[in-house]
Amino acid sequence: MAGELVSPTPALRGSARRTAALRLLRRRLIQAVPLMLGVVIINFCLIQMAPGSFLELMTAENQVSDPATVALLRKTYGLDDPVWMQLLKYIWALLHFDFGFSYRQNMPVIQAIWIHLPATVLLMVSSIALAISIGVAAGVVASMKVRTFWDSLVSIAAMFFYAAPSFWLGIMMIVLFSVKLGWLPVGGMMKIGGNGGVLDILHHLILPTLALGLFYAAIYTRVMRSSMLEVAQLDFVRTARAKGLSRNKVTIHHVLRNALLPVVTILGVQMGTVLAGSVVIESVFSWPGVGSLLFDSVSSRNYPVVLGIMVLGSLVVIAANIAVDLIYMWLDPRIEIR
Amino acid sequence: MQRFEFVARFARNRGALVGACLILFVALMAVFASVFFPTDPLRIVGLPELWPGEDPEFPLGTDSLGRDILSMIVHGARATLLIGLFASAVATIIGVGVGATAGYFGGWVDEIAMRVAELFQTIPNLIFVLTIVVILGSTLTNIVIAIGIVSWTPIARMTRAEFLSLRDREFVQACRSMGMSDLRIIVSEILPNALPPVIVLSSLVVAGAILFESAVSFLGLGDPNVASWGRLVGDGRQLIRSSWYICAIPGIAIMITVLCLNLVGDGLNDALNPKLRDR
Amino acid sequence: MSGSALPLEIVDLRTTLFTRRGEMKAVDGLSLTVGAGETVALVGESGCGKSLSALSIMRLLPDPPARIVGGQVKLNGRDIVPLPEETMLGIRGKEIGMIFQDPISSLNPVTTVEKQIVEVLMTHTELGRGQARVRAHELLELVGMPDAARRLDAYPHQLSGGMCQRVVIAMAIACSPSVLIADEPTTALDVTVQAQVLALLKKLQADAGMAMIFITHDLGVVAETADRVVVMYAGRKVEEASVDELFENPLHPYTVGLIGATPTPGAERAERLADIPGMVPPLNALPQGCAFAPRCTRVMDRCLTEKPALTVPGPGRLVACFAAERG
Repeated sequence: MAGELVSPTPALRGSARRTAALRLLRRRLIQAVPLMLGVVIINFCLIQMAPGSFLELMTAENQVSDPATVALLRKTYGLDDPVWMQLLKYIWALLHFDFGFSYRQNMPVIQAIWIHLPATVLLMVSSIALAISIGVAAGVVASMKVRTFWDSLVSIAAMFFYAAPSFWLGIMMIVLFSVKLGWLPVGGMMKIGGNGGVLDILHHLILPTLALGLFYAAIYTRVMRSSMLEVAQLDFVRTARAKGLSRNKVTIHHVLRNALLPVVTILGVQMGTVLAGSVVIESVFSWPGVGSLLFDSVSSRNYPVVLGIMVLGSLVVIAANIAVDLIYMWLDPRIEIR
Repeated sequence: MQRFEFVARFARNRGALVGACLILFVALMAVFASVFFPTDPLRIVGLPELWPGEDPEFPLGTDSLGRDILSMIVHGARATLLIGLFASAVATIIGVGVGATAGYFGGWVDEIAMRVAELFQTIPNLIFVLTIVVILGSTLTNIVIAIGIVSWTPIARMTRAEFLSLRDREFVQACRSMGMSDLRIIVSEILPNALPPVIVLSSLVVAGAILFESAVSFLGLGDPNVASWGRLVGDGRQLIRSSWYICAIPGIAIMITVLCLNLVGDGLNDALNPKLRDR
Repeated sequence: MSGSALPLEIVDLRTTLFTRRGEMKAVDGLSLTVGAGETVALVGESGCGKSLSALSIMRLLPDPPARIVGGQVKLNGRDIVPLPEETMLGIRGKEIGMIFQDPISSLNPVTTVEKQIVEVLMTHTELGRGQARVRAHELLELVGMPDAARRLDAYPHQLSGGMCQRVVIAMAIACSPSVLIADEPTTALDVTVQAQVLALLKKLQADAGMAMIFITHDLGVVAETADRVVVMYAGRKVEEASVDELFENPLHPYTVGLIGATPTPGAERAERLADIPGMVPPLNALPQGCAFAPRCTRVMDRCLTEKPALTVPGPGRLVACFAAERG
């Protein structure tokens, strides 16, 4: 028996897995600190690199000429201090969620971003949900009917949506579904004067979700297809067939879950691009989210908001990545905390 | 011989071949733009909002100001392709530099390099680009560099992986025992062997960079002196109720170009790794 | 035909690989029978068609490229080759169980041991989920899994190779099949564990009276487990004998080489058959005559032009070799 008891790792029962998940969470949170610090430093470098005095630019753009305000800004940004001191102060301010003040919105930057965040998160979540459901379904169908008409159809569609610029796709869908057919609203998040009923919002959500989600659906389709084909070659699939399970049962119970793992990995890697993609889509559909705020701030050179969005956007990405890690852990019991 | 096999494998992939031909066509279009359309594409030449085919002089119609869309597409190809190529070149230089250093030296150098790559993957890429462009100014150079800065991480990861697998091979150890400097080993011994898959990846980065640039220009933050395809889509946006073709045509041009670049990249990839082919 | 049919009778089985480089006869006219409680070893180097024979019996060939093109596989008297896939679903795992070479990769990495055993029980029996769980526990005890109750919740990566193979065996015998196919079941295991798994298989077989096909390239294992031995080379049966006769008096030069290449007990087990020079010829480039001729020590002119047929040199023995015929 000695030979068999070499690695008697105890089975991870429910509670044990929960502790493992908590440990993962703690580790990822600790890792997030230097990451956020890096983002802040990059931010700070960008400010330093801005041509001309940052303050001048900002006051000019925001039409602030009142000397008292300028003095306040000088103090807020510590522009008379040495650079390293400025950096420390900047970090200190961000730690207190002090991203500066936006004169355009006449509120603190953090508040301006905060009120725009829910719309963006809604768009991101619905687009990712759409992308995953279409991607997984199409990838599974293509892999089960590999090298047939359906496989080619799925692959060709995926290639097109992978190459189409999302903003252009959005505009074309507006032309077709809003202008020509009149089925869906051209833009916005709710009817003018509407009170934001769930159905109304969902109605407005359809086109932006399609425009943003189809690109990712195309990626997931391709990944899922090749992942399904790869897993189908593995030994345990043959074991499952030898147990007398039908091809479909084997695909759903054994291949699918293993094949999902690379999709989840990519999902984590791409979280940042999804958020960035929503900037463009929000501009196309006048979706009142962070993207619209960013677009507005970029156009009016409202730097504190732009920089604030970059920091908070990174924070959202880190949080989403942690969520993805936990999902991965739930899907793959082999992941143990290294 | 080996090179011939590579070309043959690539040529057997019909999609890749078609893609390569179309890319060549677009490139020729870009190169000879001023031969076909010697006048400034932004000049008003006819009635505004002529639909494609309405006037044989303007096969793709005219825009809201009466400019020839075909001429703008042909000239825009130059801007779009050049930006894509240069941005990919920037990304490749950064990516190969970081990846080679990380893979060759390993240890804490590798650790730091990978953390930095993670950092650049964390910042939402387009937001990063917009921030750079808005702070440093909407010039062509800034846009190219900004896109390069957000696109280098996959190249770095791949270069690093190649270096990791190559650095302990006999020929590298032989070079080391001969007292060759690290830099020379990296550049003249390992890099040539690591490069083929990296170049394939850079060709895919060109496609990504074109999409990026078009998004930046679409948002109206592109270089005001450059009429790339993305900007044409953005310009046509106001008129989608009456003349949606103004928007549609440049978008199709972007899509076809990106599609073909992806096909070529996939084809090169398959030709490099014939074993993965039948997946 | 007698009233009680043999558990497994294979008649002239032919499996061909249809590839871009042409058709390859991977199994070329294989016949063998296995009685209840009997173990027949299928022996040969890798690439000789053993595993494809096993997959042919299971009707689990990778199609394309492999397909059964002729012959019969009679399971308890019924030929299963022409059966539709739906019928085969009820046979695999119920009437034929199969054990594979690499136990760890033979189990689904993301599902617990219990679920994987319960799955086969619920496919083929009327047991409810609760009953199936109880049965899964019993099965793990039966295959000698240490600390069985706790292992039910384990994932394959948490178990050793030997424990995984016990799980695979538990799944294979869960529905009391009449035929058990073991495809190199001990090759991937440590030597000490090999002996345990072999002993377990022998015991389970004796208790249930199963017919077993034991596929291996290791004649040392054959001596411990088999009653009869079928030696395969390049898709064809070249010799068949009872295990004692085979070791006492091997007739085919290939068998002689195999036995010569088998290390004596106690010595390090060799994976390669060092004593036979050369390699198994690729199936699309088989020589015109005997496939073994290029490597054979007793090769004659006739061997190069003519394929030797199986002859009966003695009771219960078969051999396909011109040299052996001459003695």
